[in-house]
Amino acid sequence: MSFLEIKALTKRFSETTAVEDFSLTVERGEFVSLLGPSGCGKTTTLQMIAGFEQPTSGSIILHGRNLAKIPARKRGLGIVFQTYALFPHMTVEQNVAFGLEMRGIPEPDRRQKVAAALDLVKLSHLAKRLPKAMSGGQRQRVALARALVIEPELLLLDEPLSNLDAKLREEMQLELRRIQQEAGVTTLLVTHDQSEAMALSDRIAVMQSGRLMQLGTPFDTYETPKSTFISNFLGKTNCLNARLVSTTGTASTLVINGIEVSGPSVNLLPGDVMASLRPERIDIVESSDGHTEAKVLERIFLGDQWLFRLETKLGELLVVRRNRGRREAEPGENVFIVWQPEHLQILPASRESA
Amino acid sequence: MKSPQNMKPWLLSGPAFVLFLVLLLIPLVMTFMLSFNSFSFYGGIEDVYTFGNYIEVLGDSYFYEIFLRTFLIALITTVFCVLLGVPEAYILLRMRPLARSIMLLVVLGPLLISVVVRTLGWAILLGNNGVINELLQSLGLITSPVKMLYTSGGIVAALVHVMIPFMIIAVWAALQRRDPSAEQAAESLGASPVKVFTRIVLPQAMPGILSGSLIVFSLSASAFATPAILGGRRVKVVSTTVYDEFLNTLNWPLGAAIAVLLLASVLVIMLSWNRLIEKRYTGVFE
Ligand SMILES: Nc1ncnc2c1ncn2[C@@H]1O[C@H](COP(=O)(O)OP(=O)(O)OP(=O)(O)O)[C@@H](O)[C@H]1O
Ligand SMILES: [Mg+2]
Repeated sequence: MSFLEIKALTKRFSETTAVEDFSLTVERGEFVSLLGPSGCGKTTTLQMIAGFEQPTSGSIILHGRNLAKIPARKRGLGIVFQTYALFPHMTVEQNVAFGLEMRGIPEPDRRQKVAAALDLVKLSHLAKRLPKAMSGGQRQRVALARALVIEPELLLLDEPLSNLDAKLREEMQLELRRIQQEAGVTTLLVTHDQSEAMALSDRIAVMQSGRLMQLGTPFDTYETPKSTFISNFLGKTNCLNARLVSTTGTASTLVINGIEVSGPSVNLLPGDVMASLRPERIDIVESSDGHTEAKVLERIFLGDQWLFRLETKLGELLVVRRNRGRREAEPGENVFIVWQPEHLQILPASRESA
Repeated sequence: MKSPQNMKPWLLSGPAFVLFLVLLLIPLVMTFMLSFNSFSFYGGIEDVYTFGNYIEVLGDSYFYEIFLRTFLIALITTVFCVLLGVPEAYILLRMRPLARSIMLLVVLGPLLISVVVRTLGWAILLGNNGVINELLQSLGLITSPVKMLYTSGGIVAALVHVMIPFMIIAVWAALQRRDPSAEQAAESLGASPVKVFTRIVLPQAMPGILSGSLIVFSLSASAFATPAILGGRRVKVVSTTVYDEFLNTLNWPLGAAIAVLLLASVLVIMLSWNRLIEKRYTGVFE
């Protein structure tokens, strides 16, 4: 039996269905992210696990305990809110101690645990500060310490890093991962930031309009997305309308824009499909030698890499190239591109061409 | 020479400033001057400057009693407004939008009716032959009417009714700035609903309670219509005493001195209360 089992969870509001038939199991110590666009039901799912929303149907079982009849304050979960939700009238220390106080932990024990928690998030020197006199990153760490100090069975994080600037966010991601592993606590993170989900999680659950679309390790989800929506949501990709002509056990043949292309073997019937090709999998070469011709339309310098927009017979393609400190093709220049057939992802055609 | 940009704030606040100057500051200064004049029964107001009026007020236990009664009434009214108004504001905030609009109208409705009309309503309720006494007697709970009209208690009841919207609005405004997820956070940490209210909501309502109690206390301490109607001739408060000095005894300087003392003591009480609360709850004040 898994540590956390969510079975067929559904939440309907008067007009909308926020979450529908959502099932997920999480093992002890695992870090799982719920990833999806705004309004797809991530927060609602988290709120039902936390006990702040009542599910319309379905069940949540934590460590063999059905949570349905257990009020939020008896679930013993650690929650970090998007807004941090610190108590503004209490010092950092008092904020962190609150949960222990509610549990009736005696003063000496309490002080020791608070000190340990503040140590974990590296805030011991600010114990006497009020939240309003702290930076976003510091507040976030207070919220984390407050949630961890009660030694929760499950840690729920609702977009805890979304209020931070890019640099601090990256720092906090590493910090969060370290803290989670040190505390060994099972964690569920809600985010709409794909890079955050990939950087932190053991597994990613991609959601779309209330449903779970795909569940897997960050690598698997990125490499073998089940739909163009997921492939688009996890990083950049080139989506091309294609027709699957034939597929054998080892390879397949497609037609894209009238041009025959080979791809990996797929489990789809011949017909209309979508072909997705990641920008970083396309290489720009100088010699023609049977490669596809392309013309540079636009070139953007991103520091560690270059982003090209190319015009080809297949259609417009984005190409990313690592900055090697060399001269790169300029707009208007003609180049050749090449890619490995197995890097072409062949996905079922979707009506909404994402 | 100021640039036109710098003049803008002055120009914009000019009309209000003139109004303030003419209608408030000048009468106030004149009252202050008047309080140092002397008054004799035959000669009327004499244009001399003495501390006589202040010495008379501060040396007479009759005035002490009136001041004490006034501040007790104001204090008890404030306490009741806090006890009733804070939970009410919190409940209002947690209602659904439609129910909230309706209830807010019910709460603020009394402000639309003249204080005199509302107070006369209380007189009808509280009198010896009033609704409450008749009801209690017909139920057999009491044999003779309980005296409620012309008592301090009656004044407090009516003042609470008049003042509570101010408290609710002030607390409402303070609580609206709070982050409701802090309450969820407290709950997830194991706090019962009572603990959430006392440990999380109440401290955050403190700025509202402070400003609300400042308004309620000062308005109650200087209220005139309610104590005049419900207190009758016997239960006198400072404002009705000032009124009597001005209009019955015609001793304007003495009345002015009492008014100045009321103003000064209310100011002192309010400032100390303000200091105390802000010090105690620094975290929730911006
Ligand atoms: N109390 C509510 N009443 C009615 N509809 C709601 C309520 N709460 C959420 N919804 C709807 O349910 C859907 C899912 O909302 P939810 O807050 O779970 O999204 P989310 O994935 O967390 O989005 P975001 O990334 O923007 O935070 C949305 O369409 C939202 O409008
Ligand atoms: Mg959300």
